[in-house]
Amino acid sequence: MSEGTEQETSIEANKPSNSKVIKKLVLVVFAMFGFGFALVPLYDVFCDITGLNGKTNTAGVAYAADGVDTSRMIKVQFLTRMAKGIPWEFEPVMNEISVHPGEMKFVNFYAKNISQRDIIGQAVPSVSPGLAAGYFQKIECFCFTQQPLKAGEEVEMGLQFYVDLDLPAEINTLTLSYTLYDISSKVDS
Amino acid sequence: MTTDTIDTSLDDAHNDDHHDHKMTGIKRWLYTTNHKDIGTLYLWFSFIMLLVGGALAMVIRAELFQPGLQIVEPDFFNQLTTVHGLIMVFGAIMPAFTGFANWMIPMMIGAPDMALPRMNNWSFWILPFAFAILLSSFFMESGAPNFGWTFYAPLSTTYSNGSTAFFVFAVHIMGISSIMGAINIVVTIMNLRAPGMTYMKMPLFVWTFFITAYLLIAVMPVLAGVVTMLLTDTYFGTSFFDAAGGGDPVMFQHIFWFFGHPEVYIMILPAFGIVSTIIPAFARKKLFGYSSMVYATASIALLSFIVWAHHMFTTGMPLFGELFFMYCTMLIAVPTGVKVFNWVATMWRGSMTFEIPMLFSIAFVILFTIGGFSGLMLALTPVDFQYHDTYFVVAHFHYVLVTGSLFSIYAGAYYWLPKWTGHMYSESLGKWHFWCSLISVNLLFFPMHFLGLAGMPRRIPDYALQFADFNKWVSIGGFAFGLSQLIFLAVVIKCIKGGDKAPAKPWDGAEGLEWTVASPAPYHTFSTPPALDEEKD
Repeated sequence: MSEGTEQETSIEANKPSNSKVIKKLVLVVFAMFGFGFALVPLYDVFCDITGLNGKTNTAGVAYAADGVDTSRMIKVQFLTRMAKGIPWEFEPVMNEISVHPGEMKFVNFYAKNISQRDIIGQAVPSVSPGLAAGYFQKIECFCFTQQPLKAGEEVEMGLQFYVDLDLPAEINTLTLSYTLYDISSKVDS
Repeated sequence: MTTDTIDTSLDDAHNDDHHDHKMTGIKRWLYTTNHKDIGTLYLWFSFIMLLVGGALAMVIRAELFQPGLQIVEPDFFNQLTTVHGLIMVFGAIMPAFTGFANWMIPMMIGAPDMALPRMNNWSFWILPFAFAILLSSFFMESGAPNFGWTFYAPLSTTYSNGSTAFFVFAVHIMGISSIMGAINIVVTIMNLRAPGMTYMKMPLFVWTFFITAYLLIAVMPVLAGVVTMLLTDTYFGTSFFDAAGGGDPVMFQHIFWFFGHPEVYIMILPAFGIVSTIIPAFARKKLFGYSSMVYATASIALLSFIVWAHHMFTTGMPLFGELFFMYCTMLIAVPTGVKVFNWVATMWRGSMTFEIPMLFSIAFVILFTIGGFSGLMLALTPVDFQYHDTYFVVAHFHYVLVTGSLFSIYAGAYYWLPKWTGHMYSESLGKWHFWCSLISVNLLFFPMHFLGLAGMPRRIPDYALQFADFNKWVSIGGFAFGLSQLIFLAVVIKCIKGGDKAPAKPWDGAEGLEWTVASPAPYHTFSTPPALDEEKD
């Protein structure tokens, strides 16, 4: 491009050349485009550090509590929800359970594929209040893997967890909610 | 080869009499690299888009004239609100400001043209294609985008009606156009100022466009990124916003509003610049607090990057987040307050006259402030839970965008029409346009505050019976406002065709280099840079 020379007359000596400015600005454009995508991992890291957003651990942790705090009793509620279009029955065997912080518990969830075709399901957990999510530790969970169910098949799926001793004192009820998605098409492709 | 001819014509245009080297007919407009031609194209394009978006709004108001479903299906209603928003934001307001930038910035800083004239041609001529793609989806089987102009996932991914690809490519093209326009503005302002025009001697109009251009360069790529993620989520199996695959729909809102909030200031900062040019001219006083205006504009722009989540108070943010975004948002009221104070102080004890540009500017100051106050109310987290997604929000952003941005565009158009066309506009027609617009716009948007406070949700084609009376008045205001804009079309056409001959400087209080050239402005101005008079300081 020759626009730099065309207007030489009005350019003072101390001004940067057009192409220099353009290069910098184009660099900013690409950097900001990249930044938009960088927000995706940044968001996860941010949520991970602060425990925001109700996200729980996505892989099993070892039991690491320092004893059991019998002076406190925490109510843990279980909710299930089917995403649009998945023909399953999916519910907790027990709707609610009381645990002491540090105490390990094992609960079951019931799932049945009531359709005529094989479906791969994926349960996505979320804990409310969000700030408590970091204190809800899953040792073993069916949500860590996909759940393939053949047509008409039913299954009981286990969840093993404990609540951290450091759970803030003002929190005495946790709600763990699972949303179940049909991911057959994604797995196939 | 054709572009070469244009370049030669630029080179030998050392004297203004030779300005008839331009091509004739459609080719003049297709191949033009002249900032005035491109400015004109932008302004006409944005006015056409205003009428298109306005026509969609008329159908919306007709449907809402009385409760129940009368005219359109709910799904089509969703398409109307979505496309109305997209057209008005990206098609009407933003190109109009780019049009002003093209026409006025080179003339205000004493430059012969924009710094990158060929890119300028491109950045305009891809725009009609973007909107052709967007609007063509109305005629497809799937219909137009129906997920709101904010295109939240999963509405635009999992539940899309199939229009997502059209929408995404249209937004990509609009974004590329805006970024090219913004780069052009920055380079022009940095490099083509007349000798002696330091940054702090630039007209405030130029300053606001300078800062706006930086905002555009910073956030339009983020918009491009987020629509790209939508595209791959919808058609290529990625899971950025799909919880089933490990993504998060709330993250969409974070990325979108990281673009979306600076975008709001992209649409209002140039308005500040236009009004700051016009009020001193008709108050016959210097702008009060020039440097505080510059710093206020810059601080609004910087703050706009750390307030985005005030659009998302109801997503279940932790208390700390809500407080942080609430206080940051309220902080913006300070520089904005400085601006409103300065406009009022400029008028204080001025020798004011009330020509049409001044009328629109004064209406801007009052009505934009109302919109600012309702924005302040929305910034309060506890009450936002009541206002969220109601007509109160609709009232708020229409006060800042219609009586704010659009009124400033009208003010600027009347102010510079004599310079653009060489004729004075019809004062009486202009007064009709102003008063009809002023009355109808308030009838249209003011009752929406009460509707929202009473709980009428936005984007719904039907409403509870108790909202019927207010909605009827709102619709009448809407039709009247829509029709009033046709008066403006008449004013412009009449002004182009003839009228009293405009002198080089038709407003006796006006300042700036653009008034030192003849009216209409010659095809090429400031081929040699002007000498600045030193007393101006």
